[in-house]
Amino acid sequence: MAQHLQPTGSAYFIAKETEKPETHTLSVLVDNEPGVLARVIGLFSGRGYNIESLTVSETEHEKHLSRITIVTRGTPHVMEQIKNQLERIVPVHRVVDLSVRSHELGQERPLERELALVKVAGTGEARVEALRLADAFRASVIDANTEHFIFEITGKGSKLDQFIAIMKPLGLVEICRTGVAAMNRGPQGM
Amino acid sequence: MSNGQNGREMTGAEMVVQALRDNGVKHVFGYPGGAVLPIYDEIFQQDEVEHILVRHEQGAGHAAEGYARSTGRAGVMLVTSGPGATNAVTPLQDALMDSIPLVCLTGQVPTSLIGSDAFQECDTVGITRPCTKHNWLVKDVNELAATIHEAFHVATTGRPGPVVVDIPKDVQFAKGFYVPPQIAPRTSYQPKVQGDLEKVKAAVELMTTAKKPIIYSGGGVINSGPEASHLLRELVDLTGFPITSTLMGLGAYPASGKNWLGMLGMHGTYEANMAMHDCDVMICIGARFDDRITGRLNAFSPNSKKIHIDIDPSSINKNVHTEVPIIGDVGRVLEDLVRLWRATAKTDKKALYPWWEQIAKWRARDSLAFKMNNDVIMPQYAIQRLYELTKDKDTYITTEVGQHQMWAAQHYHFEKPNRWMTSGGLGTMGYGLPAALGVQIAHPDALVIDIAGDASVQMTMQEMSAAVQYDAPIKIFILNNQYMGMVRQWQQLLHGNRLSHSYTEAMPDFVKLAEAYGGHGIRCEKPDELDDAIKEMISVRKPVLFDCRVATLANCFPMIPSGKAHNEMLLPDEATDEAVANAIDAKGRELV
Repeated sequence: MAQHLQPTGSAYFIAKETEKPETHTLSVLVDNEPGVLARVIGLFSGRGYNIESLTVSETEHEKHLSRITIVTRGTPHVMEQIKNQLERIVPVHRVVDLSVRSHELGQERPLERELALVKVAGTGEARVEALRLADAFRASVIDANTEHFIFEITGKGSKLDQFIAIMKPLGLVEICRTGVAAMNRGPQGM
Repeated sequence: MSNGQNGREMTGAEMVVQALRDNGVKHVFGYPGGAVLPIYDEIFQQDEVEHILVRHEQGAGHAAEGYARSTGRAGVMLVTSGPGATNAVTPLQDALMDSIPLVCLTGQVPTSLIGSDAFQECDTVGITRPCTKHNWLVKDVNELAATIHEAFHVATTGRPGPVVVDIPKDVQFAKGFYVPPQIAPRTSYQPKVQGDLEKVKAAVELMTTAKKPIIYSGGGVINSGPEASHLLRELVDLTGFPITSTLMGLGAYPASGKNWLGMLGMHGTYEANMAMHDCDVMICIGARFDDRITGRLNAFSPNSKKIHIDIDPSSINKNVHTEVPIIGDVGRVLEDLVRLWRATAKTDKKALYPWWEQIAKWRARDSLAFKMNNDVIMPQYAIQRLYELTKDKDTYITTEVGQHQMWAAQHYHFEKPNRWMTSGGLGTMGYGLPAALGVQIAHPDALVIDIAGDASVQMTMQEMSAAVQYDAPIKIFILNNQYMGMVRQWQQLLHGNRLSHSYTEAMPDFVKLAEAYGGHGIRCEKPDELDDAIKEMISVRKPVLFDCRVATLANCFPMIPSGKAHNEMLLPDEATDEAVANAIDAKGRELV
C-alpha cells in the first residue's frame, strides 16, 4: 500500500509514518454468539487493517467461549489501535498480542502452527518423488488411490509454503490451509 | 439469561413495553409498520410510555438524540423492519460518532421468513453492526426482556452510544417469561470508570510545572453528567488555567467564565488555537483529538506534554501521542484530580501572568469580528441578537450542519451543559429540526431553537408536521442565504470559485410553508427589524419557521484551512479573495 494511504485513524495522515510495519499475532477471546466473527472482521475491513491469517473455533463449550487467532501487519501505533478497537467490541473478553507477549517473556516469537491438506495427482516417477518428499516433511497420507495422494502436514507457515512449492511440479491439485493457531510458550495462560 | 420460574408470563410485545417502563422510559419516537404492529398495539393500550409519531424514521432518531442530549438519559426510537431500519442508519451513525445513548428497537420479519427476501426484510443487524456500539437479533422470546435491559445498559454506560434490538414479529406474538432489569452485566463488557491514581498524580505533577498550560475539554465532560461540568469549573478556578472546548463540549465551562478562550479547531478563535499551538502542557478532558481540532497533525501543539482523560482506551494515542493517558470516566477522574490538586499543588497564579498576557494579545486580535451592514442582516449579527434576546430564558439550541452551525458555536454563548445539541462527528444536515422536537418533548416549557440553514432544514422539514401534532413550539431560525454556504465556501477555497450546485435556485416560501404545516411563519430582511421579529418568534406558542434573510456571500472565519497548522489561521480581515483562493495547497485539497 502506498505510504500516504496507510491508515492511521485520521483524515490528516499526510504526516509521514516513520514507524515500520511489523507482523503480529493476536489472540482474541470472545463470547461464541451469532455475529461475533462478523464484528471482528468488519472492524478490520472498516478501519483498513490487514488480515494475513484468521482462525476461529469454540474452545470452551460450557462458557460459550471462542478463541480467534489473527495474524496482522501494521506499525506499532496501528497495532495498539487494533488491540484497543478489538477490546471495545462488547462480546470480546480479552485481546493478547502474542508477539508483544513473547518479547516480554524473552522469546523471539510465539508458537505458531498451521495445518494443510494438500492433494497431489500423478503417476510414475513424480508420484514416487511426491511420497518421498512428503516423508521428509513428515506429512502423512490420509487418502490415496493409484492416481493421487492427500497429504496432511502441520508446522509453521513457512514450512507449509515450502512443501506446497515443492509439490507444484509434482502434480499439485488443490490446497486447504487452516490458518495459524498460536500461543505463547511457558506455563501461563493468555 | 432467562429464568422461567421467577418471571411473569406475557407476550413479546408486552415485554417490550414493560421493559421500557422498567428502564424509566417516558417517551418513544417512532413510526409504525407491519413488523412492529404487535408492539404498537401494546403501546395503544397503556399511557405510561408516550409515543411521539414522527414523519420519517430519520426524524425519530435525531429527535431521540436531542432528547438524550438535553436530559442525559437514553433516547428511544421504535421503527419497523426493512426501510424503517435503513432510515434509522443515519441517526445511529450520528449517535455513534457523538457518543449519544440511543436505543433503537426495530421490527423484523418472522424468524421463519428471515433470509427469504421477504417483504420489508433487510439484514438489520448486518447493516447496523458498524454503526452501533452493539446490536442484537432476538430469536427467543425468553431472551427478549434481558436483551432489552442489556441494550439500555450498554447504551448508557462506558462511552455511551447507539444500540439496536431487532425483534422478529413472531417473537412479539410469542409468550414467554419476563425478567426485570438486574445488575448482572456480561463479563466481557466492563468499562473502566475509575482512573489510575498514579496517573492522576503524574498529571498533577506535570500541571504544577506548567508555565503555559491549557485545558481542552470536550463532549465527554457533558456525557459524564452535570457533576463533571461542576468539577471542571472547580479545576479551572483552582488552577487558573485557560480553557477551550470542542464543538461538542460547549457549555461544560460557562462562556462568561473569565478563563474561557472560546471554541478551538477549524473555526475556533485565534486565541484558543494559538494557545493550543504554543502551550507547554495540554490537559485534554473528554475529547478525542479529532481532525477538525488538530489541523495538520505533525504541526499540532509541537512543544507540549499532553494529559488525556478519556473513558475509551482506543481514543488514547489514536491521533496524537499522549505522555499521561488516564482511562476512566471524566467525572471520576476529575474528582481525584481536584482532590489531589487541593492536597498537593500550590497554585502560583503569578507564574501564569506572562502566559495570560500573551493570550490577551491574541484575544485583542478579535478573530470573530465581522463588518456590520445596515441594509443586509449579517448572519453573525443575527446569532448575536438571537443570543441577547434569549439568553435569560430557559433556552436550548440545536443546529443543522454548515456555516450557520459554526456561527452559532462562535456567537451563541453557553453557560450550562446539555443546552447545545449539534451533529459534530458525522456532520448530519437535517439533524437540528427533529432534534429540537426531541428536546421540546423532554422540556415542554423551555424555549427550543433550531439555528438552521436553508439547505439543511429542507432535509427533515417534514417533522414540522410532528411538532404541530404534539404542540411542540420549536423555533426554526433559518439563516437563509440561498446557498449551501459551507459547500460554497469550500468551492471558493479549493475549486476556483466554481460554485457547482451549491446555489438553491428554487427556494420554498418558508412563511407559507410554516402556515401550510399549521405553524407560524416570520420573514425578516432588515437588521433594524430583526429584534422585533425575534421577539415575535419567542412569543408565539406554535412551531415557527423564521426565514431570516442574511447576506448571501458571507463566509465563516476564522478558519484553519485543511492541512494547515493552528498558527496558520485565516482571519476574517485577511481573508481577501486572493488569500482564500490560495489558502489550501494541492496536498490539503485531498483532505476533507
